[in-house]
Formats: sequence, structure tokens, C-alpha cells
Amino acid sequence: MPVKSRGKKVLCGQPKSRLDTESGLCPGCQHGTIGRILCEVIDELEIQGKTICIAGVGCHAMTLFTMNVDFVQALHGRAPGVGTGVKRAVGKNKVVFTVQGDGDLASIGIGDLIHAANRGEKLTIIFCNNSAYGTTGGQMAPTTLLGQVTPTTPEGRNYEDAGFPMHVAELMAAFPGVAYSARCALTSLANYNKTKKAVKIAFQKQMDGVGLSIVEILSACPPSLKLSPTKAVEWMENNMMAEYPLGEFKNVDTVTPKYILKGA
Amino acid sequence: MIKVAINTERCKGCSLCIHFCPKGSLSIGESLNTKGYQYPVFNDGGECTGCAACGKLCPDLAIDVYRE
Repeated sequence: MPVKSRGKKVLCGQPKSRLDTESGLCPGCQHGTIGRILCEVIDELEIQGKTICIAGVGCHAMTLFTMNVDFVQALHGRAPGVGTGVKRAVGKNKVVFTVQGDGDLASIGIGDLIHAANRGEKLTIIFCNNSAYGTTGGQMAPTTLLGQVTPTTPEGRNYEDAGFPMHVAELMAAFPGVAYSARCALTSLANYNKTKKAVKIAFQKQMDGVGLSIVEILSACPPSLKLSPTKAVEWMENNMMAEYPLGEFKNVDTVTPKYILKGA
Repeated sequence: MIKVAINTERCKGCSLCIHFCPKGSLSIGESLNTKGYQYPVFNDGGECTGCAACGKLCPDLAIDVYRE
């Protein structure tokens, strides 16, 4: 957000809720950009003092060491469960969000996620989809594309053995307790702005107490793809966006149950 | 006048700023920072519209853009 300070108009500066420190991420890892988006949204909604972040296990958790908010480190994949406890304990006026990767959320923690969505917990989930287990060396995750070569699929992912890429944003949109579900990518400035808008809406849904909100962000992991950062972004644009369509899959202001027994 | 300030010590040399600049006004420099990464420089006479794509999409927040 442009702010005027000492006669100069800042078009892009350091967000207030970001610590003046370096991230421990690899060069070109777009989790840093996701951290920036989160800081900017927290600044714009003025919720820095009442935000609690639940970190999953993975590279995305390193983003949080650069953010000046409270955070809890959950076990692998259990961030929605820990977030449920934190949100119910601290009350409605605090904002709780989780940051999770695709191995953490879509593979190990899919059960926690599905039950949190089914209960309609007032949580925001930021899902960083980079199509591999980035931290451990780029092994196959449920979101890995068909034909993608990884250390565990050396001949490319084959749907007969390893199944199909998992579409988490569409899956979450099917739950009645979910208020907002969107998929965004970090491939251009326009998509950056759309991502920021989606994250802001997701936080707003939680603050309005509607239900669970999830934003899936496609981000490039150059070391697991064994490409340069710019080539990895191009790869993501050409391949990941062909498999995973961008857009909002659900955006409701009230959650509506389908049928409730009468006369109880 | 738009100024692109590059925090060279925080840069990791991924060159995403060069990729995302719509005017092609950034290029990789020849000198290294203390971590050994080649950081980008703003070209002499390069055009800048102030879209701040370089700064917003920099994963390490090493670029500030402001108008004086």
C-alpha cells in the first residue's frame, strides 16, 4: 500500500509486520513472496497484535521466522488441528491462520484438514503448492504433476502406480463449512495482486466468523525442479497452471446446512 | 522520479526481478555481495513505470521502489 513518508511516496517498501532479517530459503523460492503477501495483508487489516500463525513442517515454516507475529509450530500435517485448539481457546477476536506446504497439508495432514473443513472451523489456511516435498529433496507429493521426474518417480509420475494430482482447492469447496476457497499463482504482477486480494478475503471471512477459508498458492521450487528460478517460474506457468486452474471455487457469506431434522 | 533501491546484501541472485520487469530495465551485475551472489543493477537510462513488480515479487524483499 503506498504510504507517504518524508516527501517520498513508497511504491513498494518493507511491510511493517516483517522483521528486518533474511529468510533461510533457497534463491528464487517463492515462499518468500508468500511471506510478503501475508505481512502486507496483516498490515492492511491492522491485525498484527492479534494474529497467531500455526506453522506446519516444511520450507514454508521458515517464512514465519521473518514475520513479527506470534506463532506455534505444529507437528507434521497437524496445523489445522492445533489451529482449532488455539482458535477455540483464544476466542473470536483473534485471527488464526496456518501456513502449510503440499506434503504437509495434502499428504500427511489431509485428515486434519478434511475434519477442520467439515467442522467449519474459523481458520484461514494458506496452502503453498510447489508440486514436491521441497525440504527433503523434491520427492513426489500428492500434487506432483503426471510425468514429473522426482527422486521417488525417476521415470515420471505415472497415474497407474501413483495416482493423479490432488486438487485441494476444489476438494475444499465441496464442504458446507468452508466459506472461501481459491487458487492463485505467483507468475506475474497481475497474479500477485490477485493472490493478495484472495488472502485478504480469506482473512476477512475468518474475522466475520463465516467458516474455514483456504487459499492455494502455486509457487515455484527451483531446487526440486532442478531449474533456474526464472525457468522454474516459466515451468510453473506452462505446466502447473495447465493442471491446476486458477480462480475462486467458493465464496459465501453464510454457511448453509442442507437439511436439519425438524421437531427435535 | 522513480527510484529502485536494491539491498545488495539481502539479494540471493535469483534474477526473478529481471524476469518480471516489463521494461527490461534490470540486469545482473558483475560484482558479488558478501555471500557470493551476483546482484542485479538498474540499467543506465533504463525506463521505469513504477509498477514495482521487481520489488513485490522479490522473494527476499531486497528491492524498495519509491517516487521522489
